[in-house]
Amino acid sequence: MYDLISGPWHWSVSGLLIALTMFALLYTGKTFGFSSNLRTMCSIAGAGKRVKFFDFDWKAQRWNLMFAVGAVLGGFIAYHIIPNPAPVELSAATLSYLDEVGVSRPGSTPGFSSFAPAELFGVDNLLSLKSLIVVLVGGFLIGFGTRWAGGCTSGHAITGLSNLQLPSLIAVVGFFIGGLTMSWLILPFILQL
Amino acid sequence: MRYFVYLILGTFFGIVMTKSEAISWYRIQEMFRFESFHMYGIIGTAVVVGVIGVALSKRFNWRTSEGKEWNLKPKDFSIPRYLFGGTIFGLGWALTGACPGPMFTLLGQGIVSIGLLILSATFGTYVYGALRDRLPH
Repeated sequence: MYDLISGPWHWSVSGLLIALTMFALLYTGKTFGFSSNLRTMCSIAGAGKRVKFFDFDWKAQRWNLMFAVGAVLGGFIAYHIIPNPAPVELSAATLSYLDEVGVSRPGSTPGFSSFAPAELFGVDNLLSLKSLIVVLVGGFLIGFGTRWAGGCTSGHAITGLSNLQLPSLIAVVGFFIGGLTMSWLILPFILQL
Repeated sequence: MRYFVYLILGTFFGIVMTKSEAISWYRIQEMFRFESFHMYGIIGTAVVVGVIGVALSKRFNWRTSEGKEWNLKPKDFSIPRYLFGGTIFGLGWALTGACPGPMFTLLGQGIVSIGLLILSATFGTYVYGALRDRLPH
């Protein structure tokens, strides 16, 4: 039983459970959309005094903030209390790409998360150029892009596509235009800085 | 107490995202490099189950716990905001290997940089809000 919970879980189980999360939120009268929390956080920080876009009743969004707090808590439980038994098992092609661009393989940095490379997210490397680009530029692009597009993976790729919304399909096409451009044309250079 | 159910649902979501490895930077690279089916399997299953469930909900007029209609408003049609905004988000998604949900779940692992990532994402949303009237929608 413990092995069953500690994972990793098959993609079909994971996909099904993500859909169930969406249905649970719909059943409570809400909708699945994570990036809205970033707007709410701006509003709580007082951005509504300067920018009209943030002048809204953020208290109606408290449920979503609680969902976000839960997401942090779930991350803590799933990583520290019932950890995955082994690092992410990548395909051979991805592993050889990592070696090529000098990024450590999953789980190869002792004391650091096996889910992300220490070169980019380790606290000792925080002031390196590539780490700063990932954290500062990457974060900015996520916050700016999701709000412009009116949603992220949860709002568009999962909820929007489930409801057969053409705008969400256009957004997902955009996600891939951006994602492929970054992965194939830009990221290999950033990683080798 | 009203919010407790959302805390539980969020916790469930965070566990699913970790156990599925969808929060992993490595998995996102693998996806955009087309070197594994894993992420496509996750998103594909969620969408297929989602399409079936939403269709059933309309056919059988499923209601919320308070007896109201499900909160699935049609989105206003336009191209620029979804295409440009989506592309910018995609650049950030592939660079950081995280979308907004997984950022918070990774924070639960105690990674300091992820806290800064969330702050810069919040700043990005602020700048969008400030420039909103000047951007095509």
